[in-house]
Amino acid sequence: MNFDTYDPENFFDEFFTETGKPRPEVEKLVARINSFGKSDLATRRKSANAAFKQMGITFGVYGDNQGLEKIFPFDIIPRIVNARDWDFIERGVKQRVHALNLFIQDIYNDQKIIKDGVLSREFILSSVAYRKECEGLNPPKNIWCHVSGIDLVRDRDGQFYVLEDNLRCPSGVSYVLGNRRVMKQTWPAVFEALPIRPIDDYAGRLAETLRHLIPESILKPNIGILTPGIYNSAYFEHSFLAQQMGEELVEGQDLVVMDDVVYMRTTKGFERIHVIYRRIDDEFLDPTVFNPDSLLGVPGIMKSYRKGKVAMANAPGAGIADDKAIYSFVPEIIKYYTGEDAILPNVPTYVCEDAKQRQHVIDNIENFVVKTAHGSGGYGMLIGPFSTKKEQKDMINNILREPRNYIGQPVIQLSRVPVIVKDHFEGRHVDLRPYVLYGKDIYVLPGGLTRVALKKNSLVVNSSQGGGSKDTWVLEQDMIKTNNRLTDV
Amino acid sequence: MLSRVANSLYWMNRYLERAENTARLIESQLHMLLDLPTMRQDPNAWKPLVDITGDYQYFSENYKGYSRENVMFFHTFDRNYPHSIISCLTAARENARSVREIIPSEMWENINNLYLTIVEPGSIQDAAKTPYKFYLNIKMACHLITGIAYSTMSHGEAWNFSELGRLLERADKTSRILDVKYFIILPRIDYVGSSLDSVQWTALLKSTSSLEMYRKRFNLISSKNIVDFLVFDREFPRSIRYCIYHAERAFFNISGTPFGVYDNDLARQFGKLTGKLNYSHIDEVMAVGVHQFLDEIQSDLNQVSSVIHDNFFAIKSVAEINQSGVQIQ
Repeated sequence: MNFDTYDPENFFDEFFTETGKPRPEVEKLVARINSFGKSDLATRRKSANAAFKQMGITFGVYGDNQGLEKIFPFDIIPRIVNARDWDFIERGVKQRVHALNLFIQDIYNDQKIIKDGVLSREFILSSVAYRKECEGLNPPKNIWCHVSGIDLVRDRDGQFYVLEDNLRCPSGVSYVLGNRRVMKQTWPAVFEALPIRPIDDYAGRLAETLRHLIPESILKPNIGILTPGIYNSAYFEHSFLAQQMGEELVEGQDLVVMDDVVYMRTTKGFERIHVIYRRIDDEFLDPTVFNPDSLLGVPGIMKSYRKGKVAMANAPGAGIADDKAIYSFVPEIIKYYTGEDAILPNVPTYVCEDAKQRQHVIDNIENFVVKTAHGSGGYGMLIGPFSTKKEQKDMINNILREPRNYIGQPVIQLSRVPVIVKDHFEGRHVDLRPYVLYGKDIYVLPGGLTRVALKKNSLVVNSSQGGGSKDTWVLEQDMIKTNNRLTDV
Repeated sequence: MLSRVANSLYWMNRYLERAENTARLIESQLHMLLDLPTMRQDPNAWKPLVDITGDYQYFSENYKGYSRENVMFFHTFDRNYPHSIISCLTAARENARSVREIIPSEMWENINNLYLTIVEPGSIQDAAKTPYKFYLNIKMACHLITGIAYSTMSHGEAWNFSELGRLLERADKTSRILDVKYFIILPRIDYVGSSLDSVQWTALLKSTSSLEMYRKRFNLISSKNIVDFLVFDREFPRSIRYCIYHAERAFFNISGTPFGVYDNDLARQFGKLTGKLNYSHIDEVMAVGVHQFLDEIQSDLNQVSSVIHDNFFAIKSVAEINQSGVQIQ
């Protein structure tokens, strides 16, 4: 199997500028693969898949009767980001997360951005992610979004855009770490030959980020990851992170609030917990404050949080900044709080709340992607060029019924990376989600999750919609042509 | 340690031990029948394997006759029967999954692997075609998991809860196997001393993996010595006394009270049970009747299990919440 006939077609291809012309950062890898015997790649692929299955790196799909867990499909051809591109991404993402955090703090406190007329009060308050219960709240160190994932895409010209922000417990980082572990076994010689930035210390940095939220006077703090339990689609990740950090994995039933302090039930009685990295949505966190039917949460935890007796990451209410309608104002938000222009541009976004923009979306629906303002996982979205007339009509009705809940974006022709299809390579569309930790400073994990739409021509990369993943390699410095040859495994 | 976690560790190990014991039981039955051509024709040859479980009612309602296929399916692949190997491994894996961050990765991977082997569509054919290999693999996989835990897990609280679960389950299984087999083999006076007799007793020892160790202590097969060995032996790790003694040690390690201080309910329950095993002699057991003695032991074991539950895991564990209902004693 080789790349001789691989055709990048009319897209931005991350590997080839044209057939037979690899970009400098992938040259060594391409040369290596081209040198393989017939079955070599297939063998590597097989053993990588076996490793995933055995490690139990899985995700759950809701509404699927075919058993609870699935292996996240994985392609062993990595996505490679060169150092220059990464530098740009890193600066852009840091700037963005910094500004979004200031925005959340402002919205729940002074609301200067509203008073100064940049955003309208009604617009903010009408977001379902706005939490009235968080008004006047000052979380420890004024950090709200401790862990975020910023979804990036590349258009036909290679320009990076932010597609959406994920500030409510974004998942997927365990796949990044798992992918890397498997890839190191799969391509040891390539790893030796390329300056790939390591990602192993993510768990350690996450632990530091959480530790940062409590006074140093507490010498042995208890930190817990709050999971909805083993039937949650991201359970593997919760347990993996707890294991890697050496912290407690807790469920709602393990916690109890007494005198506004949160305790864990242990075999030796109750033990105080100081920080909770919660992987449960706001609505389920505390049945006494939010959804009263929630069995996943901990009654009384919000009161404890407000009193500063327990720290939580991400802070409840942080989701206001990833409302997809508010997303369209992020460049203004960045400008307002930092005085800088946004480094990473947004995908042009039409807010259906606005009559003129709404009409534009409806008139051009066959060329637009329409999403709900706060959905995730690719559920309930419409991709114009791949939709039927009926689907378009239904969507227009939805928009007219609930305009605040929808946004439209022109279809981006996502960049492509080769994947193995049977006995040859084909280009498939990808996005990139770098993970950001906000602790003492802002850290961006070099690489992040590259999701790939495994269906031909599909632009939807979500795992719940038939997407897979690839390991993402960020180069320490860019390739200079040398005569170094890759050694054999 | 979280109560829920302790509960999952305890049950994960109980279920694994249960699956292993079932695999061993079937394996020894298969071997025994190879040596007993006449019994192979007996339509009830596999019946004792159902009797051991105490669930003959379920069996008779769901199966027609005690054929080898039926009994093997019942014990191995029946998802509706909570003690079948597949149900035990499913529950063990669910529990393991909920404590993945506590147990060594290799342990999880092997539990997961074992589970995946059994649920694979082809495994029913494998069991029918090459049953010896099939059950041996299950047994060895369980040993591997226990071995990984033994040599790579800190012998702290999590380990002690695991031990507690494994040893109590093993004591229970040994007592059940002994009870039923003894009852079946013994009354047939005409067999005493015959080769048939010794084949059956040998199979009993094999089904608890104790034949070789037994021979080292007693050489000759005799029913009394076998009971003595499986109930009272100090050193054999599947004898009831050994299991209870070490389960009690694990409990004292968890509670942190000095060994031998019986100042709480569970310690007293354990004390009674060890007392019974320490201060009874095989002759007394033979005098009151093996069945009655084992019956008492089993009810004491149940008592201990229920006090453990009240003491340490007052809240429900993962596998209890799922559709399969409560964890089965």
